[in-house]
Amino acid sequence: MATTLKVNGQSHTVDVPADMPLLWVLRDVLDLKGTKFGCGISQCGACTVHVNGNAVRSCTRRVSTVANMEVTTVEGLSPEGTTALQRAWEELDVPQCGYCQAGQLMAASALLKNNPNPTDADIDTAMNGNICRCTTYLRIRQAIHRAAQMPATVGTRNSEP
Amino acid sequence: MTSTLKPDTERSSLNPQVDRRAFLRVTALAGGGLLLGSYSRVAGAAERLGTLGAGSAADTAIGHFIRITPDGIVTIIAKNPEIGQGVKTMLPMLIAEELDVDWKNVRIEQADLDTTKFQAQSAGGSTATPTNWLPQRRVGAAARAMFVTAAAQTWNVPEAELETASGTVRHKASNRTLGYGQLLEKAAAVTPPALDKVPLKDPKNFRIIGTKVPGVDNHAIVTGKPLFGIDVTLPGMLYAVYQKCPVWGGKVASANLDEIRKEPGVKHAFVIEPPAPPSDGRGPGLAGLLGGVAIVADNWWLANEARKKLKVTWDEGATASQGTASFDAKAAELSKGTPLKNLRRDGDVEGALKGAAKTVTAAYSYPFIAHATLEPQNSTALFKDGKMEIWSPSQSPANGRSVTAQALGLEQTDITVHMTRVGGGFGRRLNNDYMVEAAAIAKRIPGTPVKLLWAREDDIAHDFYRPAGYHYLTGGVDASGKIVAWKNHFVSFGTGESFTQSGNIAPTEFPSRFIPNFQLDYSILESGVPTGFLRAPGSNALAFVMQSFIDELADAAGKDPLQVRLDLLSNPAAETAEFAGRVRGVLEMVRDVSDWKNRGSLPKGTGKGVAFHFSHRGYFAEVVQATVSKAGTVKVDKVWVVGDIGSQVINPSNAESQAQGAALDGIAEALAQEITVDRGRAVQQNFNTFPLLRMRQAPPVEVHFKLTEFAPTGLGEPALPPVVPALCNAIHAATGKRVRSLPLSKQDLKWG
Repeated sequence: MATTLKVNGQSHTVDVPADMPLLWVLRDVLDLKGTKFGCGISQCGACTVHVNGNAVRSCTRRVSTVANMEVTTVEGLSPEGTTALQRAWEELDVPQCGYCQAGQLMAASALLKNNPNPTDADIDTAMNGNICRCTTYLRIRQAIHRAAQMPATVGTRNSEP
Repeated sequence: MTSTLKPDTERSSLNPQVDRRAFLRVTALAGGGLLLGSYSRVAGAAERLGTLGAGSAADTAIGHFIRITPDGIVTIIAKNPEIGQGVKTMLPMLIAEELDVDWKNVRIEQADLDTTKFQAQSAGGSTATPTNWLPQRRVGAAARAMFVTAAAQTWNVPEAELETASGTVRHKASNRTLGYGQLLEKAAAVTPPALDKVPLKDPKNFRIIGTKVPGVDNHAIVTGKPLFGIDVTLPGMLYAVYQKCPVWGGKVASANLDEIRKEPGVKHAFVIEPPAPPSDGRGPGLAGLLGGVAIVADNWWLANEARKKLKVTWDEGATASQGTASFDAKAAELSKGTPLKNLRRDGDVEGALKGAAKTVTAAYSYPFIAHATLEPQNSTALFKDGKMEIWSPSQSPANGRSVTAQALGLEQTDITVHMTRVGGGFGRRLNNDYMVEAAAIAKRIPGTPVKLLWAREDDIAHDFYRPAGYHYLTGGVDASGKIVAWKNHFVSFGTGESFTQSGNIAPTEFPSRFIPNFQLDYSILESGVPTGFLRAPGSNALAFVMQSFIDELADAAGKDPLQVRLDLLSNPAAETAEFAGRVRGVLEMVRDVSDWKNRGSLPKGTGKGVAFHFSHRGYFAEVVQATVSKAGTVKVDKVWVVGDIGSQVINPSNAESQAQGAALDGIAEALAQEITVDRGRAVQQNFNTFPLLRMRQAPPVEVHFKLTEFAPTGLGEPALPPVVPALCNAIHAATGKRVRSLPLSKQDLKWG
């Protein structure tokens, strides 16, 4: 079935089964490897992307349900890493293995869009669905606070925080 | 595709086509410029370096790790697998420090597996720091010395008058400076100094070591670049799932392959038979190639969808009736009998127990635990013209190559292994079952690259679990409150008299050697459960038992549990003096930073617990403060970690991260993690039943390092073990309830 979806501002028509999860369309059809597979049952958040600005788990989201919607992946956050969150992540040396961090960034980005200056409790609530197996949570929390204080992002396509 | 070219400028790319373009660009950029070393991929460099004392150790080592181009950009080869422990940043820091270059001019390139050039290339045992601290620095220092010699020759001045900084050599008296990039030709003609003679920097002059250096792949990570094994893409690649018997070691009797082949996108479906075990009986067993059904399709989701239609009749084998309940019952039965073997006997335990003022008897146990690396197991393989090429997120690629060669009847020299970034290791990827499976599938479809990816359910069902274990303890204290007797009957898993992998105990395991009347015996339970190394193997379970039972004895004696530990360590024999001294150092420091003396003022339901453990050359003492609700729910309020890993913390940013991560990892294990066994298979399947720690559960972790005169040691593991008993001891302080079995989610901790 042909489905048209808009990923990181670019339109793609893919001929895949309607029930194929968005994650696998992104990774194996569109070759966008930034979004990760962790559990397949919306338990870990490694596959978090934005659909129309909201954080969703792409591993259980059927591609047919995002037709003609705006999908943003970590590659679309800012390819140069210029968003406040990406800069804060680098500045505070957040990643250990790094595998979950794309999902963490996308969840954090959705949080900051709705709540530009979150408390620890706000962060814990928004980020609780994103597992970091290396448990970099303390630095993730710190980096979200840091990003909230940083100047707004410049020159990115989607104006993501 | 026999040479996957890793570029200087795009270190994150895993796409060989992109690599090739980048490589050509880099070569052109380098032009005739000398690359320091005989790196075989760089055309021209090998010939140039013919004069570099061919065959000498220095030539080999320097050349394999360092390349410098005329623009002064330094490329350092990171030799070990990066699993999140920070080694891809840390080892090059050692070279760059002694080479005396600016970190901003350093580029890092991941090595492929090449044990001839790089010797050991693995990630395990927190060994990278202690084994490379001097060798990697010497490589950098030797290269620096060659530039000094080259400059001395250029200016015709004594080497002693020259100094280096920021990738330049300077002659102070004449105020002349040359960059390393300008000295390349001349340096190439210099005979390299002997590595073991080359002078190293005085640590007070370090400019990179001891500074916070962010992970070298951070930028690629936050921009979503392909880095991990799962991200490998090759032209024409197909995707595979591999269904094994849920009972470990079971075999395929029959499968509905014809039906599977008709499923959408499916290109191949076949049964892989396990190879016959080697005649000497020394094969990899469950860590080798197990039988199963491979489904190969156009994309991974289609392969996995087809698997849902798969019907296999399994030959489940002899272990299909085993389960956790039967293991528990058998252990209890063994505990009542005579132990299989004695491991250590000091003094007279039975006599001392009879004479003790108080005795405590307790049965401790802990469950099997899975690793659950967030990147599921995977590998990509291409079999072409009799040669196997593999891309794998392995912690021990050399072992993977060996197991693959053995299982598939290939020569090791016909197998190339590329090391990708690894999405979490924790010891899981010291076994290479996923690598040999990918290679076995690729061998059946020559010429077609194939990526094998496990679903999370495969990963939880087919791990090499931290072995469960049982300890039956009796201890005694004298009238003064001193621990005078300690007896442990350890029931572990294994075969005959041998412990299963990671299920062993050393006769020197603390408090051995510190209690005059001490006895350690063991018995063995047989099972079909595959076991292996989980972060701080052995220690992650043994610390819980030993450090909890010490608390029980301190409690029986009515003493401060931290002081009881200091007292135990107060008069060590000569052979344990270093151990005792270093443990006392971290214990005293954690006592001070955690405000231990005021713990009595905490409200009922909140308590502090302490524990220490020595493992992987590191000494750690930790205090946990926890609050238990009346309903029995545990919340960890804070953790204080004090570690002694020697004289130098190489990268303080990553060091803090590793210590925090290890402490939180231990808390996750203690809170709710267990693999139970039923009908010979794992009961848990995914994160809904095998819970990992989430952000809301992560307390602050305050980390301190106590610097000592000893050589620096590793940090991936030793901060983990003490946190488990420190938490359990805190729960006791909070509630009066003693935790003798894990996970905590299974214990009744209600109070009040």
